[in-house]
Amino acid sequence: MIIVEDVSKTYRIAHRPSGWRAALTSLIHRSYAHIQALDHVSFSVNRGEILGYVGPNGAGKSTTIKIMTGILVPDGGCCRVMGYIPWKHRVDYVQHIGVVFGQRSQLWWDVPVIDSYELLSDIYRMSSTASRRTLEQLTQMLDLSSLLHIPVRQLSLGQRMRCELAASLLHNPSVLFLDEPTIGLDAVSKLRVRQFIKTINEETGVTVILTTHDMNDIEALAHRIMLLGRGQLLYDGSIADLKRSYKTIQTITVQFENGPASFETIPHTTIAQSSSGRAQLSVDTTRISVSDVINQLSGSLKLTDVYVESPSIESIMVQLYEEHDI
Amino acid sequence: MRLYSKYLAITLKAHLQYPGSFFLLTISQTLFPLSMLVGVHGLFLRFGRLGDWTFPEVALCFGVIHLVFGLSECFSRGFDSFSLLVRNGEFDRLLVRPQSTVVQVLGSRFEFNRIGRLLQGLLVLGWALLNADVAWSVAKGVTVALMIISGYCLFTGFFILQATMSFWTIQGLEVGNILVDGGRELAQYPLSIYKDWVVRFFTWIIPLGSINYLPLLFLLDRSEGVALGHMLSPLVGVLFLIPCLLVWQLGVKHYQSTGS
Repeated sequence: MIIVEDVSKTYRIAHRPSGWRAALTSLIHRSYAHIQALDHVSFSVNRGEILGYVGPNGAGKSTTIKIMTGILVPDGGCCRVMGYIPWKHRVDYVQHIGVVFGQRSQLWWDVPVIDSYELLSDIYRMSSTASRRTLEQLTQMLDLSSLLHIPVRQLSLGQRMRCELAASLLHNPSVLFLDEPTIGLDAVSKLRVRQFIKTINEETGVTVILTTHDMNDIEALAHRIMLLGRGQLLYDGSIADLKRSYKTIQTITVQFENGPASFETIPHTTIAQSSSGRAQLSVDTTRISVSDVINQLSGSLKLTDVYVESPSIESIMVQLYEEHDI
Repeated sequence: MRLYSKYLAITLKAHLQYPGSFFLLTISQTLFPLSMLVGVHGLFLRFGRLGDWTFPEVALCFGVIHLVFGLSECFSRGFDSFSLLVRNGEFDRLLVRPQSTVVQVLGSRFEFNRIGRLLQGLLVLGWALLNADVAWSVAKGVTVALMIISGYCLFTGFFILQATMSFWTIQGLEVGNILVDGGRELAQYPLSIYKDWVVRFFTWIIPLGSINYLPLLFLLDRSEGVALGHMLSPLVGVLFLIPCLLVWQLGVKHYQSTGS
């Protein structure tokens, strides 16, 4: 479906020092800083997949999306989506994709939502029957019927995002690019948007490329995640694998009755926190099992509460970022 | 073209959401150039003629320029305000839609309150055509139509050039304003009242003279040399669009490879 091979992109940014003198000099001679946004990135995406694309700000996520949608031309490498080279066959290609930029609206601000949809179906050269049918489906799935006749500027962010999603799907695209679709949404709206993305992917088999900073989005939706840092692909695989590889360190929190105790005797275990009556231990589960640790603990202490937790996807990400120093 | 009219309709709807400001802007847009013409008329009352030109003849020049400028501001405003589209990232959105960038940029914005300037130009032009000393013929009618069409094309071409510049720089835009606004102010009057080099510049480099001054000579039977040349000179304005569109394509390519 999508093949990205060895794609690189460097931005040339005019370096403008502060101060009047420097500003005048820069009129004649400009110095440029080169920023490598993407450094030989390769990956492929299968039909029907939901790919979570994560990385810190400035990692190159948007640049990749812009290349895959034909907005930018890479300096090197090749990108093919459904056989099209996005920036070469722009007009033919974009007929098959839908794009949502979470921070920017694609609807006409001052007119009712339905007017935007009508214009969009003309832009995508759709027959009026086809567009009416899809709109009906989307209206039902996203519960839009009460919103269609309200001007966009009067919609709440959550309502608007639902309308944006519908707008990007009106022409039945095969690939849907979602750039931070849940940014700024409240908990309920987020859940709704997630649920919808999941449903539309299952029902129409649309391939979804999702970038977000919300790891819950990723966990709820993505079949696979790709981590990008400083323009390089650092991880590419399933969430389950990622969790498994980081599950080796588990945290045990215990509460106990009898006074200060020493835990040093338990092997492959480090004390993260300890106070009277409470302790938090990190256990390397490749060396010793959690139950062994608990057994040893209950031998010497009268435990009142035991709590075992594996790292959250969020904390795994933080670890990954730290490991790769990004 | 059908799509363009759809864009037109949606923008008109949006404008009508704010009727008050729409009417006020329209009125101010009408009065501003009209007040200038009143001033010119005052000068004519005092001095009688401007070089070889009578008041209706000057009004004809004036009317044509303001009519076509109004038309282009109204219907090609998307290019005029294009730097905004680049700065706020909206241009990315246009690139992911399956239509040419030209149609989409044209459709991105219309300035209907410029109808004021347009109507005012039309009125002045109509009055001037009736009162100027013209021996009418079919050819002359065609010429008037050509003047309007090509004037629209010419100013749209200016807007496109100006827009293209914003792919490279935001600061350079003032240069474009000098051309567009300066050229408009100059060409309100028959070019022959200026020095020779000004006439030459606006005939051969920036073909503003070709949309009112040169065909005006034909209308008044004052053309020197080939009359047909004067009659068809407005076509230059239409041809002017071709290099503008080529430069525009170059600009789009540049945008895609720099990601500005």
